[in-house]
Amino acid sequence: MMISVHELSKGYGDIQALEGLSFEVQGGELFGVLGPDGAGKSTLFRILLSLLLPGSGTVRVGGLDPVRDLHALRKKVGYMPGKFALYEDLSVEENLQFFASVFGTTPAANYELIKEVYQQIEPFKKRPAGKLSGGMKQKLALSCALIHRPELLVLDEPTTGVDAVSRSEFWALLKKLKAHGITILVATPYMDEAALCDRVALMQKGRLLTVASPGEVVRDFEGLFYGVSGGHPYGLIQACRAFEPVVSVFPFGEELHVRFNRDDEAAEHLVDHLKSSGFSGAVVRPIAPNIEDCFMALMATENDLKG
Amino acid sequence: MKQLWRFIVKEAMHILRDRRTLSVLLLMPLAQILIFGYVISTEIKDARIGVLDKAGDYASEGLRNRLAASGYFKVERIFVNEEEVAAALRSGAVQMAVVIGPGFGSASSDPDGSRVQLLADASEANTAQMLVNYAEGIVRDYEQELVGVQAKQAALVEVRMAYNPSLKGVFMSVPGIMAMILMLVSAMMTSISITREKEYGSMEILLVSPLKPWQIILGKVSPYVFLSFLNAASILAVGVGVFKVPMMGSWLLLALVNFLYILLALSLGIFISTVAPNQMVAMFISLFALMLPTILLSGFIYPIENMPVALQWFSKLMPPRYYIEAVKVLMFKGAGLGVVWKELLLMLAFLGAFLSLSVYNFKVRLE
Repeated sequence: MMISVHELSKGYGDIQALEGLSFEVQGGELFGVLGPDGAGKSTLFRILLSLLLPGSGTVRVGGLDPVRDLHALRKKVGYMPGKFALYEDLSVEENLQFFASVFGTTPAANYELIKEVYQQIEPFKKRPAGKLSGGMKQKLALSCALIHRPELLVLDEPTTGVDAVSRSEFWALLKKLKAHGITILVATPYMDEAALCDRVALMQKGRLLTVASPGEVVRDFEGLFYGVSGGHPYGLIQACRAFEPVVSVFPFGEELHVRFNRDDEAAEHLVDHLKSSGFSGAVVRPIAPNIEDCFMALMATENDLKG
Repeated sequence: MKQLWRFIVKEAMHILRDRRTLSVLLLMPLAQILIFGYVISTEIKDARIGVLDKAGDYASEGLRNRLAASGYFKVERIFVNEEEVAAALRSGAVQMAVVIGPGFGSASSDPDGSRVQLLADASEANTAQMLVNYAEGIVRDYEQELVGVQAKQAALVEVRMAYNPSLKGVFMSVPGIMAMILMLVSAMMTSISITREKEYGSMEILLVSPLKPWQIILGKVSPYVFLSFLNAASILAVGVGVFKVPMMGSWLLLALVNFLYILLALSLGIFISTVAPNQMVAMFISLFALMLPTILLSGFIYPIENMPVALQWFSKLMPPRYYIEAVKVLMFKGAGLGVVWKELLLMLAFLGAFLSLSVYNFKVRLE
């Protein structure tokens, strides 16, 4: 067990940042924490890293208590904050050198571990870190976080603000790191990245909505989904929402994803409704929901319950 | 130990790569000492005066020559009547008028007629005061010579300005500027450089690393100790070399006093950085809480004795005051450890207090 959190809560004054979180992360797992901005992902990570004190509840990271054993803990973890926090006036090489020495090691000692990542930025090793592109900055930050061969790698929104190609490259790198046996905890606001994790926790407003593997999330989801196309998207959304049994409508690529409650027979009449609303070319097909559909639905339900 | 050394090297690289800030830090002390030395001078030199000589004899001419030859005054006008005197003062053509009475020089005539009157333009009060003092001195000296030894005056005051006979302002400026510059470089620059790590988020990574707080702090301040020492040396070099500021005491002791003061200023900078959330706040605290009191309350520009009693007490809490005191007696009077030990002890006490406060305040977490 790498991380075990039980009934963790944390408040800042009147604001409740985390509310009764409980979950576990196995060693060697690629664990994703998903949620919109302000869900409490960074607060959770900082508590795990001993940077913040838990309000109540128990936290164990690698068997250590972040409150009491903070110095022992800090040797075991690698951390990449959400904001690029390396020294922009130092070169790529100098940044790596510095962070290696801080942890009492050298870039050469663990080169094999960071090779995959570092090779991609090595041609620019003399360049000041501030002059790198967003994707390259992330790779440098990742190299620096890995340089001491941590048992647990904590990445706070590593792909936010990075282009799509760099994002997929970054996830490919994480997969390779997992093969080295490093436990990876990664926060992201992008739902499509959830499918790339071993297990995901969905957070909203300081609460944990679900913790499961991406497959389980989809399989266990209670709902019926249809893909709708053929017509001007905006008008089509309006028309779908006007149909009473519809629970939710979200545009997704070329299609609209329309959700009904499970076993709702009215769903079959959606196409008739659309045709009578003037969308004669409307095409409706049953689809299996993807993980994004499930999370959108879960978050919408949570909002309804709270509202 | 190797970790610490790498940290210091990294910090030095930050400083060396920021060429603009570095050149300001190195050139500012020189600019300051030159400005204080040449421009902001409180000495009188070639002040414009006019003379109305009602006596018009050998003795009064001698007085006129004395005034002109002193170097303090330049006789711009010879007046013929009182109206001219008033007009020249009003227009600012002269800063002071000297009116020599008709009976000047003849000891026997009535006291009123033998008087010398000094009329100064007191719209610049300090200058007027000084002009009058200087002129008075010259007149008194000259009168004494004329009258001779036989006519003894009731009480003769002889003034000697010890340790700074020509009352040069630049003598006072050197310790003051050193106090100010060292405070600026040490306290402000360290507080800014530590808060910068907080602001950029790199402090978060440093905290999550095995580095101990004292290593982070020591690593950040070490390069500034060196830089501050360089500044102290350059100010002293210009002061002693160009302005002939006397250096009577031991250089070693002077270095020790400077070292202690630099450490003190650094500890203040560290303390500020533990309180300030970002660079902006750190800079404002440094400027208003350190620089202004250093300039105003340490006795650098305004004599402590002239302050209201409350401020005099307050100035006792200003560490630069003791530094300036120690440097002054060391340089001008050649005092040794036997004299400055009290100042050294007080600075040591301040240093201890600020360091303990900083260590107490330094956060190993983000909250």
